[in-house]
Amino acid sequence: MNEKKAAQVKKLEADAAILMQLIREENDIQTKQKLIAKRDSVQRKATTIKNNRLLSREAKRELIAYSFIAPNFIGFAIFTLVPVLLAFALAFMNWDGSNAITFAGFENFKRLAKDTFFGAALKNTIIYVIGTVPLTLIAALALAIVLNQKIKARGFFRTVSFFPYVASLVAITSVWSMIFHPSKGPVNYLLLTVFGVPQQDLPKWFSGNLVLLTLILFSVWKYMGYYMVIYLAGLQGISAELYEAGGLDGANAWQKFRYITWPQLRSTTFFVVVMLTINCFKVYDIAVMLAGGGDGKLSNSATVLVYYIYQNAFNYWKLGYSSAIAMILFLMVLVITIIQFRYEKKLNA
Amino acid sequence: MSDEILQKKYRSKRKNAYATKIILGIVLLLITALMVVPFLWMLSASIKSNREVFMMDPFLWIPKLPKWDNYFKIWTKIPLLKFVENTVILTFIVTLLQLLTSSFAAYSFAKLEFRNKNILFLAYIATIAMPWQVYMVPQFIMMRSMGLNDKLLAMICLQAFSAFGVFMMKQFYEGIPNDLCEAARIDGMNEYRIYAKIMLPLSKPALSTLTIFTFVNTWNDYLGPLIYLKTETKKTIQLGLRMFIGQYSSEYGLIMAGSVVSLIPVIIVFLFLQKYFVEGVASTGLKG
Repeated sequence: MNEKKAAQVKKLEADAAILMQLIREENDIQTKQKLIAKRDSVQRKATTIKNNRLLSREAKRELIAYSFIAPNFIGFAIFTLVPVLLAFALAFMNWDGSNAITFAGFENFKRLAKDTFFGAALKNTIIYVIGTVPLTLIAALALAIVLNQKIKARGFFRTVSFFPYVASLVAITSVWSMIFHPSKGPVNYLLLTVFGVPQQDLPKWFSGNLVLLTLILFSVWKYMGYYMVIYLAGLQGISAELYEAGGLDGANAWQKFRYITWPQLRSTTFFVVVMLTINCFKVYDIAVMLAGGGDGKLSNSATVLVYYIYQNAFNYWKLGYSSAIAMILFLMVLVITIIQFRYEKKLNA
Repeated sequence: MSDEILQKKYRSKRKNAYATKIILGIVLLLITALMVVPFLWMLSASIKSNREVFMMDPFLWIPKLPKWDNYFKIWTKIPLLKFVENTVILTFIVTLLQLLTSSFAAYSFAKLEFRNKNILFLAYIATIAMPWQVYMVPQFIMMRSMGLNDKLLAMICLQAFSAFGVFMMKQFYEGIPNDLCEAARIDGMNEYRIYAKIMLPLSKPALSTLTIFTFVNTWNDYLGPLIYLKTETKKTIQLGLRMFIGQYSSEYGLIMAGSVVSLIPVIIVFLFLQKYFVEGVASTGLKG
């Protein structure tokens, strides 16, 4: 046993010597560095065997680092990374979940181009995103600025404006559908009695053209508290000296906002816009619960992409087709995120 | 002379400040009303009969004969207790696993050196920008082939290992000076002790924030349980409530009572942890 080890050490040391020779002869710095790293690792191996240890100090350190990551990463790899890769592959296949998979190429995407329900879902999702992102941003920023002032019971107001975010969708959408009930709800009752809107003209909040507006308003109401907190954190990072200097220069409240707050918050705004866009594209439950009625079916006027992904997968079992829609969703999110990153980079440069 | 002008200026400035305060007060009142009225309406409707819910003339917040009965009936109309039990188990395990595993992994990413660190972290980052809805279908197929369909365990696997948690905790740990860990290493502490005795106690704000996010998301999740949980006795409270609304769509009082019940746990958790919340968001780099 010991002889074997001695032989091993001898061989490793010989390797190291050869490498050393190569390093001396090498001129290219990058290759040189690689060789040096290789020699070091060979030498380390030799010392490890010499000292009768199972693992070198470096290897031990790495193992410890990996042991910290492993519990999360193994779960993450199995339940997230693998499905992500499968999703890409599945978009180019035809499969019903039980029979044999067949290769479809771009057929699924070609069929999507002619699918009118998909067209409606795509259009509605985009309108929803375009409406919700700026409105939520403005509302959240305004709210954060107000709640960053020195006012009484500030904690109370902050807590209250976070309530809608915390509340479960099922519960809170059922309240909204009662408050905006077309014939019985208090909102339309007010329109009828106080504003004198004739009975037949009362808005039907959850169908037709209005439904997207209702979805947008609801989302702004529900999620502004969340982005408010992010903005609040951003506002607290702005130094008070900037405002003092602005005050000395005679800046009014608007000028202070325009030339101090807004530019200082740029990275926060960037983060908020990216997160908002990603979150808006995956809208599903809000639409189903507000516009879906008892059975949760969405018509052309209220359908969204994720609804159609779900339907194709779990009602029709067209897994490939459903994954193709998912890919479109992903591509849109990706493109918009990249554009935003580019824009942010350009501003920073 | 100039004194007088100054005094006038001062007075008008004070008046201005006063006016701003009043406007601010009104704005705050309006915002609070906007945020709170739907919840008050929910509470009010939950103790009304179906007829009273929509009686607006005059609108009474508390009916003459409050129907507390609604809060008892809701437990017998649907197996609400079972739903609550399932959701509590699910949320508790997911939150615990999420806190433990992501703070553990984040420590390594923030404070230790090892090969392939950047590639591994990139894998996490790349999936943050990818909506779960994009890969939910292959994920379901995979879970089904593992025999996890219609099991709470599937929901746990799905939600316990998020990239978001690792990202958030890593940002927070990077704000803690390296010297602290170095000093502990010199004192002979191993990495696990440093994590447990130094990092964890310092990360209260970040852990509270992550708890709120995970708890709220898991408790309120709808699409995940909808895909996986089919048997009635395995459903979560969101699915159960939605099912109830589908079956008894005109039982307004009962629907509201069920909704109130489903909100209570989240509100309690939030109120307990919210004092760390803004600080947590600020220190975890979520502000960008």
